[in-house]
Amino acid sequence: MLELLKNLAAWLTGPAQWAGPDGIATRVLEHLEYSVLATLAAALIALPVGLLIGHTGRGAFLAVNLSSFGRALPTVGLVTLVFLAGGLSVWPVYVSLVALAVPVIITNTYAGMAAVDPEVKDAAKGVGLRGRQILWQVEVPLALPLIMTGIRLATVQVVATATIAAYVSFGGLGRYVFDGLAQRDLVQVLGGAVLVAVLAVVADLALGGLTRLLFRGRPATAR
Amino acid sequence: MTVEWGWFPDHAGELTRLTADHLATAVPAVLFGLLIALPLAVLAHRVRPLRGFVLGASNILYTIPSLAFFVLLLPVTGLTRTTAITGLTAYTLVVLVRNTVEGLDAVPERVREASKAMGTRPLRTLLTVELPLALPVIMAGVRVATVMSISLVSVASYIGYGGLGQLFTDGFQRNFPTPVIAGVALTLLLALAADALLVTVQRLCTPWRRGTPRSAPKLWKRA
Repeated sequence: MLELLKNLAAWLTGPAQWAGPDGIATRVLEHLEYSVLATLAAALIALPVGLLIGHTGRGAFLAVNLSSFGRALPTVGLVTLVFLAGGLSVWPVYVSLVALAVPVIITNTYAGMAAVDPEVKDAAKGVGLRGRQILWQVEVPLALPLIMTGIRLATVQVVATATIAAYVSFGGLGRYVFDGLAQRDLVQVLGGAVLVAVLAVVADLALGGLTRLLFRGRPATAR
Repeated sequence: MTVEWGWFPDHAGELTRLTADHLATAVPAVLFGLLIALPLAVLAHRVRPLRGFVLGASNILYTIPSLAFFVLLLPVTGLTRTTAITGLTAYTLVVLVRNTVEGLDAVPERVREASKAMGTRPLRTLLTVELPLALPVIMAGVRVATVMSISLVSVASYIGYGGLGQLFTDGFQRNFPTPVIAGVALTLLLALAADALLVTVQRLCTPWRRGTPRSAPKLWKRA
């Protein structure tokens, strides 16, 4: 066990390991590319839907149950299915990651919108704001902490799951995990796993810090 | 992509076996998770200074990718079902601990004081007053944890204990989508069925809530 940890430390700190086209630096960048693009695409799809459901109050049932469905959908199965249907391309990776992130963001966006005090909305209407003004000037600012929570949760899940890119022959940190499993090289597998975990924790902390920065001086409500 | 319907009756036996296998991994994970989460949550609820630590630790467990988790456990538990169950158990903790703490927090102080005034001892108050009142929130956590576990079992297919997830590997290797579709569909069905079962259990366990309108699920928004 100690021997293994020593080898792992050597693997993680070896300079040769970090450089080159299969180096850790490249793999981290690939991993970030999949994660960031997938989360952005998911946010572009999910935010309008979540805001619309929250603003109109229609489709609340969908918003609540979508997250349950999203949690139940096995990502490995989805990526395999899209891969078999569409052939070798990077699409299966993005489709699965976006499918993973969209329900989380929709549900949290809706929850944030639903948590806005109806009296505040009435007051906004009372002082003459129109529907769209209420949405952007009242509801969205108040719902923003929970919306950010949704994006943060989604990001962590996407970073953690982007290892599947390697499953369908692409790069990213999953490469080490799958290659290591295939070569029965436990040190490499563990190295990849540790790097993914660190990346996920860093992404979580970074977004958490960003949220705190955005909401400095606001009471710590729904977080 | 065509589905070969003839494949289903031919493999009914295998599908049944894999479904049973799937449950044999997912169900113990949730049970062990509860067994660990309940005392931890009670502790976090009673001893304020521990609260941040317990919630933070379970949060960090969640950011570790599921695949990485199984791999990290490999040197300790090897290619066994224990690895799969342990990894999933750690995953359930984040939801179970948070929901139990929040459920206990939501018990009104005057109820606790009334129980004390009647001479009920602390442990008895916990078991007969606080936990039953916190049950709806705890059960919400159990539902999320169960659905999540059932979906995540497939990730354990890399170490050979993926239950229905084995169908994904099978279909992927043979470039044959039917088993993959069967795996995804059965996983979703299993998750939905388990969720419905837990809703029924919760209704039976909390007869005093029957007939009242569904209370706003404010407490598990983040879940």
